Amino acid sequence: MNIPMEYYLAVSTIMMFAGIYGFLTRRNLLAMLISVELMLNSVDINFAVFNRFLFPGELEGFFFTVFAIGVSAAETAIAIAILINIYRNMRNIQVENINELNG
Amino acid sequence: MDYSQFLHIRSEISLIAVIMSLLLFDLLAGARMRKYFQPLACLLMLLQIGINLTPGRSAYLFGGMYVHTPMMTAVKNILTVGTLITFLQANTWLKREDTVFKQGEFYVLTLSTLLGMYFMISAGNFMLFFIGLETASVPMACLVAFDKYRHHSAEAGAKYILTAMFSSGLLLYGLSLIYGSTGTLYFEDLPDKITGSPLQIMAFAFFFAGMAFKISLVPFHLWTADVYQGAPTQVTGYLSVVSKGSAVFALMTVLIKVFAPMISQWQHTIYWIVIATITIANLFALRQQNLKRFLAFSSISQAGYLMLGVIGGSAAGMTALVYYVLVYMAANLAAFGVISIIEQKSGKIETADYNGLYRTNPRLAFILTLALFSLAGIPPFAGFFSKFFIFMAAFQSGFHVLVFIALINTVISLYYYLLIVKAMYINPNETPIAPFKSDGYTLISLVLCTGGIVAIGIVSAIYQSIHALGYGL
Repeated sequence: MNIPMEYYLAVSTIMMFAGIYGFLTRRNLLAMLISVELMLNSVDINFAVFNRFLFPGELEGFFFTVFAIGVSAAETAIAIAILINIYRNMRNIQVENINELNG
Repeated sequence: MDYSQFLHIRSEISLIAVIMSLLLFDLLAGARMRKYFQPLACLLMLLQIGINLTPGRSAYLFGGMYVHTPMMTAVKNILTVGTLITFLQANTWLKREDTVFKQGEFYVLTLSTLLGMYFMISAGNFMLFFIGLETASVPMACLVAFDKYRHHSAEAGAKYILTAMFSSGLLLYGLSLIYGSTGTLYFEDLPDKITGSPLQIMAFAFFFAGMAFKISLVPFHLWTADVYQGAPTQVTGYLSVVSKGSAVFALMTVLIKVFAPMISQWQHTIYWIVIATITIANLFALRQQNLKRFLAFSSISQAGYLMLGVIGGSAAGMTALVYYVLVYMAANLAAFGVISIIEQKSGKIETADYNGLYRTNPRLAFILTLALFSLAGIPPFAGFFSKFFIFMAAFQSGFHVLVFIALINTVISLYYYLLIVKAMYINPNETPIAPFKSDGYTLISLVLCTGGIVAIGIVSAIYQSIHALGYGL
């Protein structure tokens, strides 16, 4: 059974824009982090799918996926460390309560 | 494999050596040795500049993954000097009780971001570009949240890391579409395959949005003021000069090399973004009371001027851009140096607190005045010449109306820069900031910056030597 490329791309596109939507609307820092992760993972799918279907002779896209996963893991680790620090300081990670910098 | 290629990446290798030696010093040296940390870091940075002073020749290394041109050495050296000045200014802050035990982390994290910028500038492939960009922005989030027991710093750190992740998500999505439509990520092979198809235009839009977040161009600037206000002041200075300068240069490299066939599209994009950036940032800067927020908006509008060098995509534009980054570094780091030393000694950061500063601390007031004059572009300071060259580069590329709008905005910016000068010299104040003595390192950094503000514009050899390094792309 062969699944055509477009199906994969539809999934990744939906993930990407769901991530953007979530980032802009969620008011909890962890939920925002999850939305961003969704965006980064949709990119990984894109690279792997393009490589597998369009350029099967090479490995560039797969390599990029591996690096992107590594980098996004590092970013998530830092982000969670900062969120834990905020929680320790304020006992809260809701965005509307974190407004000492009036932006 | 040809191991002699490693000789060409000596700036990165020597920087890794500096990071490693500082890391080992941090691990092995006890609490009593900590006072040698700053001199050691500054000496190693001087050594790093000394090793990389000669430009070397252009080279394509590791199958085109890494590209070296003489101009890149100049940019890297400018960034290194900016880092050195930041280290000099960090003295009082790092001596504070809640930071003194982790000052090693400050140096190692800052240098890691610098290493990331090096790789980002020299990248010849989008993978190395992306990794460099992330190496520059992930430790930067740690730096922004460095004062972890102060709410502002933690909050700014969260805002920075979330925006950085969001922007790299956008950028990566753009890169994945470019890969899907061309099948390669090497800068060298890409221009032949970029045709300006709708998919590639969408890819460019995502890529540009991601980079615009890093450079903080309007409408992607919303994080800037909060992060700049909340971060420790030295980190803010570093963020506004070194991080921004490297990102603009890297963006220009990519635009010229990769997106050359789409030049009319990206020139249009930058055209409107420059107008929006300069105007909106100026209007917001007018009403800021906190000096760090004020300088944040000032730096957004300076980013707009930097993009004026990018828009032409010409050799003159690149020279003007590098020169502008150099001048902007001297002026902005002088301003941040004065603000940070005043913040550390008196805890005051509002514009109203600066009333009557001239009576109590005339030298600091004078240096801040010079810095603001240079940022505003008043002759004979360096800022005038850098603005002149960057306007000339954009004008020669045919953007006459754009240059005119930028000129009007320069006049508006003069108003708010002079408001601070007026506060320091004219406004009366019952309780001005008490006189204090700055430490030696800060003095050295302020002297360096002031020398830069006065000399870089007048000594024409500097512009000519940057120009001689040329384009080389």
